[in-house]
Amino acid sequence: MEKEMVNLTIDNQKITVPKGTTILNAAKKAGIDIPTLCFLKDINEVGDCRMCIVEVEGRRGFATSCIQTVEEGMVVHTHTPNVLEARHVILDLIISNHAKDCLTCTRSGNCELQALATKFNVLNIEFEGERTEHTIDDLSPSIVRDFNKCILCRRCVAACKNVQKIGAIDCINRGFESCISTVGDHSLNDVNCTFCGQCIEACPTGALHEKETINDVWVKLKDPDTTVIVQTAPAVRVALGEEFGMPIGTNVVGKMVTALKRLGFDKVFDTNTGADLTIMEEANEFIERFTKNDNLPMITSCSPGWVKYIEMNYPELLPHLSSCKSPHEMFGAILKTYYANREGMDPEKIYMVSVMPCIAKKFERQRPEMKEDNLYDVDNVITTRELARMIKQANIEFEKLEDSNFDSPMGEASGAGAIFGTTGGVMEAALRTAQDTLTGKDLPKIDFEQVRGGEGIKRASINIAGKDINVVAASGLANARTILEEIKSGKVNYQFVEIMACPGGCIMGGGQPIKSSKVRAEVDVRKLRADALYTIDERSIVRKSHENPVMKKLYKDFLEKPGSEIAERLLHTTYTKREKYNI
Amino acid sequence: MSENKCQCGTPKRDEFIQKLFDEYLPIKDNLIQMLNEVQEHYGYIPKNAQIELSEFLNIPMAEIYGVITFYSRFTLKPKGEYNVAVCLGTACYVKGSQKIMDRLKERLQIESGETTKDGLFSIEETRCVGACGLAPVFTVNGEVYGKATVKKLDEVLDEIINQKEK
Amino acid sequence: MKSLEEIHKIREEKRKELDLRVNTKADTREKHILVCHGTGCTSSKSPEILENFRKILKEKNINNVRVIKTGCFGLCAKGPIVIIRPEDTFYALVTPEDCEEIIDTHIVKGERVERLLCKDIDGTVVNSLDELNFYKKQKRIALKNCGVVNPEEIDEYIAFDGYKALEKVLKEMTQDEVIDVVKESGLRGRGGAGFPTGKKWELTKASEGDQKYVVCNADEGDPGAFMDRSILEGDPHSVLEAMAIAGYAIGANKGYIYVRAEYPIAVQRLQIAIDQAREYGILGENIFDTDFSFDIEIRLGAGAFVCGEETALLESIEGKRGQPRVKPPYPAQSGLWGKPTLINNVETYANIAQIILKGAKWYSSIGTETSKGTKVFALGGNVNNIGLVEVPMGTTLREIIYDIGGGIPNGRDFKAAQTGGPSGGCIPKEHLDTPIDYESLKEIGSMMGSGGLIVMDDTKCMVALAKFYLDFTVSESCGKCTPCRIGTKRMLEILERLCNGEGEELDIYKLEKLAANIQKASICGLGQTAPNPVVSTMKYFREEFRQHAIQKECRTLECKAMAKITVNEEKCKGCGLCQKHCPVNAIDGSGRDKRIINQEKCIKCGTCITSCPFHAIGN
Repeated sequence: MEKEMVNLTIDNQKITVPKGTTILNAAKKAGIDIPTLCFLKDINEVGDCRMCIVEVEGRRGFATSCIQTVEEGMVVHTHTPNVLEARHVILDLIISNHAKDCLTCTRSGNCELQALATKFNVLNIEFEGERTEHTIDDLSPSIVRDFNKCILCRRCVAACKNVQKIGAIDCINRGFESCISTVGDHSLNDVNCTFCGQCIEACPTGALHEKETINDVWVKLKDPDTTVIVQTAPAVRVALGEEFGMPIGTNVVGKMVTALKRLGFDKVFDTNTGADLTIMEEANEFIERFTKNDNLPMITSCSPGWVKYIEMNYPELLPHLSSCKSPHEMFGAILKTYYANREGMDPEKIYMVSVMPCIAKKFERQRPEMKEDNLYDVDNVITTRELARMIKQANIEFEKLEDSNFDSPMGEASGAGAIFGTTGGVMEAALRTAQDTLTGKDLPKIDFEQVRGGEGIKRASINIAGKDINVVAASGLANARTILEEIKSGKVNYQFVEIMACPGGCIMGGGQPIKSSKVRAEVDVRKLRADALYTIDERSIVRKSHENPVMKKLYKDFLEKPGSEIAERLLHTTYTKREKYNI
Repeated sequence: MSENKCQCGTPKRDEFIQKLFDEYLPIKDNLIQMLNEVQEHYGYIPKNAQIELSEFLNIPMAEIYGVITFYSRFTLKPKGEYNVAVCLGTACYVKGSQKIMDRLKERLQIESGETTKDGLFSIEETRCVGACGLAPVFTVNGEVYGKATVKKLDEVLDEIINQKEK
Repeated sequence: MKSLEEIHKIREEKRKELDLRVNTKADTREKHILVCHGTGCTSSKSPEILENFRKILKEKNINNVRVIKTGCFGLCAKGPIVIIRPEDTFYALVTPEDCEEIIDTHIVKGERVERLLCKDIDGTVVNSLDELNFYKKQKRIALKNCGVVNPEEIDEYIAFDGYKALEKVLKEMTQDEVIDVVKESGLRGRGGAGFPTGKKWELTKASEGDQKYVVCNADEGDPGAFMDRSILEGDPHSVLEAMAIAGYAIGANKGYIYVRAEYPIAVQRLQIAIDQAREYGILGENIFDTDFSFDIEIRLGAGAFVCGEETALLESIEGKRGQPRVKPPYPAQSGLWGKPTLINNVETYANIAQIILKGAKWYSSIGTETSKGTKVFALGGNVNNIGLVEVPMGTTLREIIYDIGGGIPNGRDFKAAQTGGPSGGCIPKEHLDTPIDYESLKEIGSMMGSGGLIVMDDTKCMVALAKFYLDFTVSESCGKCTPCRIGTKRMLEILERLCNGEGEELDIYKLEKLAANIQKASICGLGQTAPNPVVSTMKYFREEFRQHAIQKECRTLECKAMAKITVNEEKCKGCGLCQKHCPVNAIDGSGRDKRIINQEKCIKCGTCITSCPFHAIGN
């Protein structure tokens, strides 16, 4: 059916848009960029900040362009003197209650409030007055909340409460005293936060950011007694370039490796290799559980935000979780044992750094289970954003770097490892290995289109060796909840479930470059980054984890076979029920 | 685990909460209704009740906290044995209720919304209690004292204190 | 369950029985002692009075007298009020100890208790309610039953044509006919903005939806307004009946009354009324044997003024923070849980049944061109007769304040009247003769609002008054949108500076700029009208603002930081009375000396000013 069209005039331009279009989007179509602040497409469309106000002829007061829809014959003006004055006053008021310490703010240069202040040339604050003051919460290993910089746009609340259905933070108090906080103003550490970091990605200012740990890396890099090894997650390479002005979805793996070497890391490895290792173990675990019909469905465990979520919310379903550690933890454990031994290194002198698209990994790293012989598998987790900062601080002109390769012998990875970074990728990688193992053949069909794409929940039935396996890949914790409720109800018959805490998977993780509301409205960031990962997979010579020569050698030399005693000890873990609130 | 922590594993629900849960369906819309009853019963919203409500209604605690802190009727701390509320509605304001409030704060050395250390008194500002004909008014535990003066307030407070001392 | 025939029978019999309530010439041996149980009288012990009457009557074995609990009579300043019918004797300021004398003298001997008879402002003793100037210019439609019926007895409501309009609607009228009558009556929303009620009903009926709701906004939050509370306390069934009529008209079968938890008596009486109506089958399935079903639930507010804004109220009913929604869409299109919802306030509903019974023509004959019917005002502040008044639209402020309200006490001068509460404005002397309706009030910079009418005498500082209202708005702003959340706070800060003598001329300009932009850019009615008290006071009392800002001077005693009390040497006779009254010993001088005020010690309480018999002390 043809969509009903509406004719209207915006700033003297006549345009025709489908019924139901917002004034903001209609304006965009006419090449008019109405300023917004609280607006975040599909996530927070509430009209609170009032920056997007416009005048509509015949209407009393201003219209809220980000949520109000067009009407036939509507005449809109987006920059009358009245509108401009109101926007100035609103911006002035917001800034009057904002910690104006741009020079010492992590979001300086990538701050939507700062951009508006520049656009409106705010030279002084006309309506100065009392500011609400808040203590900074930096007690969690992952997130720092500094609500002195909060402008009450509530994008973070929408991400946490509506997108993820967590609700660790919400708007509390009333009027001028309103602020975004947790129950009782406790630290995020003590409430039901999963550390997924979607709030950080949503924040237009510096009120929410990762707990930065790059100083420790700098120190270790300069320490001659320490071997500093770095590994980089699959999703990092398709996003890091954005921090240097490259198009979204550019694969900068070669430049990244060069930069890491220039930074002084002794060895630069690929977490994709760790991902292959995870597949070896996870596929094996799945086959075993599948044949024995033991605790099915089996659910993936490589997303630490997701793991914390199920520990807090569905402890009764914990037996469904795969016992596999996440790829970087597995890889860390192998590097500090097998690799250290082979290279004659003292594991105590290895400093293992993971570059991750994720801030929950910062939490995961320090879980007591992630230790072997009192040594953490991984010593420091930094995000994609932090790595970009290190590169900049080391005065490296990233764009001009030559490509180089990961170090041997632990550097080779399969295409299956690469797609770990997107929703459905772990599932697809595991199926590639599982079908070969179950059939005992090297099957040519390796693309599982059913589990690709941006939908939050992707269900499929896949026939392997004559048996139908019902699989589902879900990303985002709201979708995770849906799947868990389905499992709990007993009405579904899944065998294998992949869950990622972040909507879209790791490529959209809480440690990735932050995209402004405007970019997120205009571009499908997830798709561009995911496509880049699938391209890496397609162009890989080895596309199945079990065919990775590194894996073959590792199992031959050290791990014996998947699920062996030593593999269990180093590569598998346990989970515990967690209280949602320690208040 | 302290008694204030989540009690999912060790359900020890007091009678009142149990009755409340029997009376209401576990749907979100009932939050404010139930908070009103909790406030009425305990005189404030204890942390345990918040935790229980969060589980029962499947609402995150932050949201419940957001609702509690939005509505001025809900309080997070127990009120004093005697809650003195001064009406600051317009009719009372015009008739000088601010003077009563100032005196009250001065006498008890606490601010509005606070409770004295001995737990005897708490102060509250209220909006119009509808006794405009008697303006200015203050109330002690809901009992209205009309045509109030600083002197009358002092007398009422003295009487309570004297009674307590006996 | 009662059949229609049974209800008709109740009406007929009960009406006869209650004739003495409205007919001073009623042919009966019975007497009814009506004891006001509005909040004001209740807090001055009227329940004890009621008990005492009953006890004494029992002791004395008097059987032809009934003691009735009623809603508010309106003249709260004279409470507790006791009225004896049929003779309509009006006793004021009654105490529980007076009961015995009233019974002995009035009931037994048939003589009036002279000392308890109500006196008018001029001192004349009045015998009955109607003789009071306070009542003479009033016209009671919404308050018709208040003080007449026992609000806890559905039969009494039925006796005075209660639920007759519902019956008429269900049996004789189509949905559109009902809406047409309401439209033609010209009734407009009594909650604030004055949107035509019939139009609202029509829009809600026209909206598509399998489920619709009727909501009664009883979250009366204006400081100094209590008309809705009085209706709920005095005549709760009138609201239930109107909601059922509205439900029929728009096609809804479920209603909610959102009422402040701070109104416990109103809540209790509403619940009793709902229970009784359900028992009679007037609420519930197949009302009066028709296809129409309707039920009502109470939802308690929890102390947030903003919930009087209709979309915030809806959020609150849904169990959330009361933060308004952006309009459009309006509740008529998308309201409670996204369903078409009709929201009217208490006073609006209280007019409906009578409009249906007496017709649109009757109603529209009352009032002005654009504003029909009557309006209830809560008259308060510096006026003699504090209380509730219902007057036809078009009555002037002067009539309300001087004729009905009895003027300004203590011989002081009128300075301004405030209508519309925190959303309204101040009206100065020169507009006292404006006939009150929605448009005229708006024209002079105020608004009807819910009907608070606060009178101020010349001791009031207009800057401090503006500050008072902004203080209210700031603490009641929900915090959702920027202009209201931060803007009103900045306005308050400026007003505080002005009142502390720390302002500057530029502050006046800043106030104006903030006000204009907050009005235009805020999401909801609260924000859009929050600057009104400042804008209107600045319009009429600009000089006072300039005095505060530039000369750092306040002509009243309200802005303490700037006040300086001095003794006029020419007038001072050295009597020393001021010294006696000064609470902080700040007055020097002895014997017949002219007194001098020690400015360092003075706390500007003003006691000396009022204590001086020679008017020698002033600011």
